[in-house]
Amino acid sequence: MIRIRAFAVIAALLTFAATALAAEPVRIGVTIAQTGPAASLGIPQRNTIALFPDTIAGEKVEWIVLDDGSDATKAVANMRKLIDESKVDVIVGSSITPASLAMIDVAAEQKIPMITLAASAKLIEPVEGSRKWVFKAPQSDSLMADAIADYMAKAGVKSVAFIGFNDAYGDGWLTEATRALGAKEIKLVDTERYARTDTSVTGQVLKAMAAKPDAILIAASGTPAALPQKTLKERGYTGTIYQTHGVANADFLRVGGKDVEGTILPAGPVLVAAQLPESNPIKKVALDYVQRYEAKYGAGSMATFGAHAQDAELMLAAAIPVALKTAQPGTPEFRVALRNALEGIHDVVLTHGISNMSPTDHSGLDTRARVMVTIKDGSWVLLP
Amino acid sequence: MDADIFLILLQDGVVNGAIYALLALSLVLVFAVTRVIFIPQGEFVAFGALSYATLDLGRTPRSIWLLLALGAAATVCGLWTQRRTLNRTALAMLLSETAVFPLAVAGLVLWLAPLKLGVAVEAILALAIVTPMGLLIYRVAFQPLAEASVLVLLIAAVGVHLALVGLGLVFFGPEGSRATAFSSANFTLGPLSVPGQALWILGFTALLIVGLYLFFGFTLHGKALRATAVNRLGARLVGIPTADAGRIAFGLAGFIGALSGVLIAPLTTVYYDSGFLIGLKGFVAAIVGGLVSYPIAATAAIAVGCVESFASFWASAFKEVIVFSVIVPVLLWLSLRSGAPAEEE
Repeated sequence: MIRIRAFAVIAALLTFAATALAAEPVRIGVTIAQTGPAASLGIPQRNTIALFPDTIAGEKVEWIVLDDGSDATKAVANMRKLIDESKVDVIVGSSITPASLAMIDVAAEQKIPMITLAASAKLIEPVEGSRKWVFKAPQSDSLMADAIADYMAKAGVKSVAFIGFNDAYGDGWLTEATRALGAKEIKLVDTERYARTDTSVTGQVLKAMAAKPDAILIAASGTPAALPQKTLKERGYTGTIYQTHGVANADFLRVGGKDVEGTILPAGPVLVAAQLPESNPIKKVALDYVQRYEAKYGAGSMATFGAHAQDAELMLAAAIPVALKTAQPGTPEFRVALRNALEGIHDVVLTHGISNMSPTDHSGLDTRARVMVTIKDGSWVLLP
Repeated sequence: MDADIFLILLQDGVVNGAIYALLALSLVLVFAVTRVIFIPQGEFVAFGALSYATLDLGRTPRSIWLLLALGAAATVCGLWTQRRTLNRTALAMLLSETAVFPLAVAGLVLWLAPLKLGVAVEAILALAIVTPMGLLIYRVAFQPLAEASVLVLLIAAVGVHLALVGLGLVFFGPEGSRATAFSSANFTLGPLSVPGQALWILGFTALLIVGLYLFFGFTLHGKALRATAVNRLGARLVGIPTADAGRIAFGLAGFIGALSGVLIAPLTTVYYDSGFLIGLKGFVAAIVGGLVSYPIAATAAIAVGCVESFASFWASAFKEVIVFSVIVPVLLWLSLRSGAPAEEE
């Protein structure tokens, strides 16, 4: 009797295990900068992830989100924890380049695909060695720098002064701007740097103005980018001021006020989704995201940084069904299949552009992923 | 570089230096009285500035909840430590400080914030929110450790700093804010254009220095603080309540921090984590004064502001390196002058 009962229990357990195995969800591990200096990127990303449904293409998914505090060491620790303890199939993150750079080697060592939400082209170029496992959601700085240089050349700008962050963001932009401006034969007459939390940039601004440039390019992100611009206006600078896509959130407009009117910057199309022409396929996807985000977090709360997380989800939505054809989630084979499926993404419409991955291009975005935008009456306006 | 640029940079340096001077004074004060190297000093600047900016928008700053929570924690701590000696007067004193005052401030803020009564009221409210935080933090975090070594106190200070930065992110969000200036006046002085706010900063700094001088020189509380600073045990033997001295020092630190924050909020964008770096520059100046001398610390702070301003003109990429390197020769000189390093007591 006892033996029969034990047998029944074992049978029941086995059936249970079998169903559990069949219902194994796709686990997506996320490490983003919800605190620390890059919190203005990580917080909209976290908010975006909270909007995601728990199925992708009919398949159950589980999002596990950790905070890395904008710190590279913490990001790597989070990644290992996600892989070892949560058994994730893919990693999304981190929000910034230094943390993402540190994560690349772990991705290759653990053979797990990773979609970074940081911008630098260094993360995916060239696609070889460890970087074979890394994909990138945001536009590369080089794409945006080219857009600025094109626009400046058309506007007849001959000389530019650069005021940038004293960190990886500023470094990346200085390299890209030097190259892009050089290609258009625009002279870079002065380079100034400042820190995110600086309370005064008078010295830098005076030096930049003393070089008498036709235009000034500020390479900074979020509200700290408003400080040099306000100081420039205070000191009576009248030339055009260019910013980068790092400033594309409502807080920049709030802090900048009337001093940032007329600023020109490149941005992802999602920033001006409502103003895109109907013929643009990005419009529908981007508007859908903006509406969902603002329905939950309030009108005008959308930041383009959060949309990168949405794009990572859209990429996974395209890749997961393909990968599921060859392997089960939770297995090493599935990770490889998912990597291959991400590399095979073709004409997938994202909020920031249209992605076409290839074995030599893990960003997949082209010039459709950028628009030129200006600030008029306290809001973003698409430039033709 | 011509004379105009020189003058503009000098003006910028002096105005920034005045803020560092306020913080340096407060750091020296807290260290002298309680031996705490008060790293969270800068957080009061950020909290003051951001509370002021939030009030300026007609919203209720969420820092009032921190004030209430700290008040509650301090009440519990106070009741526990005084459980044997508590009588009616002591209880009334304790509760008025840790419960009644924070509740009154919070109520006042909730009532007045949406009315937008102008910068003066908003500034005073911001000060009223942040100043008692200093005092309550002392009760919660430092009073129980008052006899510990400088190192333990320093570690506690680091802990308080990390907690406050994290809370700042929760309360004020990752993006910065600016506030309306006290006056929109602008004075032109040769090549200089001096914003009215800069004069307010210099004025308040001067006022505070004179005020502190009078307080320490001519009042009983001030003299008691000085006595505690000179010799804690001796002060106790002659009947000075050293715990009170600590509370006054921290209350003053909270007030000076909040005032600095309210003063700079209109001039620059302040972030939840701006305070640390501003405080650190005040700290450099305080170190130059050997953590004991107020006039040297204040002068050094102005010098730090000017070094920063000129460094950002000549070599902006190395600005922080230059500012913080200033401390190296000073430390060398201090240690050479004093011979062998003094042993920790």
